[in-house]
Amino acid sequence: MLQVVCIKQVADTETRVKVAADGKMLDPAGVTWILNPYDEFALEQALRIKESSGAGEVVVISLGGGQVQSTLRNALAMGADRAIHLKADAPVSDPLVVAKALAAEIQGLSPQIVWLGKQAVDDDQAQVGPMLGELLSWPCVTVVAKMELNGTQAVVEREIEGGREVVEVQLPAVLAADKGLNEPRYASLKGIMAAKKKPIDEKPATLSEPGLEILAMALPAARSAGRIVGEGASAVPELVRLLREEAKVI
Amino acid sequence: MAILVFIEQRDGQVRAVSREALGEAARLVAAGLPGPVVGVCVAASDPGLAGLGEAGASEVLLATHENFARYEPVGYTQAVAAAVEQTKPATVLFAGSAMGRDLAPRVAARLGVGLATDCTVLASEGGKLVATRPIYAGKATQKVGFSRSPAIASLRPKVFAPHAGNGGAAQVKPLAVTYDPAATRARIVDVKATSAGKADLTEAEIIVSGGRGLKGPENFHLVEGLATALGGTVGASRAVVDAGWRPHADQVGQTGKTVSPKLYVAVAISGAIQHLAGMSSSRCIVAINKDKDAPIFKVADYGIVGDAFEIVPALTEAVKKLNAQG
Repeated sequence: MLQVVCIKQVADTETRVKVAADGKMLDPAGVTWILNPYDEFALEQALRIKESSGAGEVVVISLGGGQVQSTLRNALAMGADRAIHLKADAPVSDPLVVAKALAAEIQGLSPQIVWLGKQAVDDDQAQVGPMLGELLSWPCVTVVAKMELNGTQAVVEREIEGGREVVEVQLPAVLAADKGLNEPRYASLKGIMAAKKKPIDEKPATLSEPGLEILAMALPAARSAGRIVGEGASAVPELVRLLREEAKVI
Repeated sequence: MAILVFIEQRDGQVRAVSREALGEAARLVAAGLPGPVVGVCVAASDPGLAGLGEAGASEVLLATHENFARYEPVGYTQAVAAAVEQTKPATVLFAGSAMGRDLAPRVAARLGVGLATDCTVLASEGGKLVATRPIYAGKATQKVGFSRSPAIASLRPKVFAPHAGNGGAAQVKPLAVTYDPAATRARIVDVKATSAGKADLTEAEIIVSGGRGLKGPENFHLVEGLATALGGTVGASRAVVDAGWRPHADQVGQTGKTVSPKLYVAVAISGAIQHLAGMSSSRCIVAINKDKDAPIFKVADYGIVGDAFEIVPALTEAVKKLNAQG
């Protein structure tokens, strides 16, 4: 079974975000780039499916500039078989443009499952998964917290407010992983060595006209530090008074 | 022209997040976006849509099928696309709920237009929608515009106020949808409740979160007790979720949930940058931590320095006493 995992390179979650000189994008100076954490859960699940069936192929795809190859290499080190780099010189800010470029590539591969994370932790749009489902006319389940494969059907659990939906989905399908799906592995030294020899197929991304335009990026107003009401349990009556009379929240 | 608002129902009830979206739609029309405010609801039967006149809708289109009692992406996408075809809206709004987050991108892809998700500010600039949304889990915001029509946005729950108007009843009209149940290849077979009777973190008014300072999962009853007394929902830091003390659904912060309650109580949470990103938009923040230099105190409105094992039970008792007084 062929599985495709769409991955994105993002700024590490430890990053102290600064705005670039153009006033629209992240200032990349000093940023550590990582594989989007939710995509790691997606990749891990694809690798587990391949390993338990003892056959098949896991292909990772990423869209972006030359720097995304280091993240593709990380995915290969975790165990993906080969990589496709859809090259785009400028950052692509409209998720629909990304989804269309990925769909065009995926159609030629005919996988059984397309995996991705439920969202990227940079722009937090959470759009590409369901858009891929729509563009490919495949079922798509987002926020997948549990997944079992039974032949050509997957039974997945999807997190909703106060509960989980249990969904039966026929393959081929698009699945967007949530944290909690599994515990991703670390790349082994052997994996890192093997990854150096695995192929990365470079090709230009097919980019359409964006429907969304970034006008500005800003940092939120810093919260002014409040006050220490006191120390220990003796400060509780004063805290309760403040919450009731000043903040009026209880 | 119109503003089309997706009206979400669950178990035959219109969800509060949809009233928030209708309220914002009415406000946007007042600010210069083309109206009127028209709802579109997909359900097995009418969940009382005429009552949404009060919430700001002048008309609601209703698509019905027995399979529409629960979320059905294929049928729901088809229905919203049919409503777009019929009303030719300049703007389409969704709640940024689990359903809205799944449905809005499908509709945007179907229509081939731009979508801004999880917005916290919407405005009309020259009669066109401009949206502001948090990025990097709230470490920054991004303002976006739309180059095609309709512009689609989903709204973060608990940020927008429902409309407090006194409009009459909304007109409810049937919406014809071409829907083939056999074409559906994903089906919800069950819904498991995980926190029955409690608001989800993303929709909670009050959240009490616990961190690693609680020393072990067996001590989380302190956080649960305070949350119950306050009528709130329990949250957790990434450290305790990664340690397996709490399920991932409870995690607040980057790689968890971004929340905006009116009261957020952080118990024994030091305040890693990923956590602060996810809760800094709360209206009032209380921190309880034994380390007076913990970063959490830099964002807290009120702090108590000291042992959570003494402070939290005392606070729970004080809140219970207050509740008893009414």
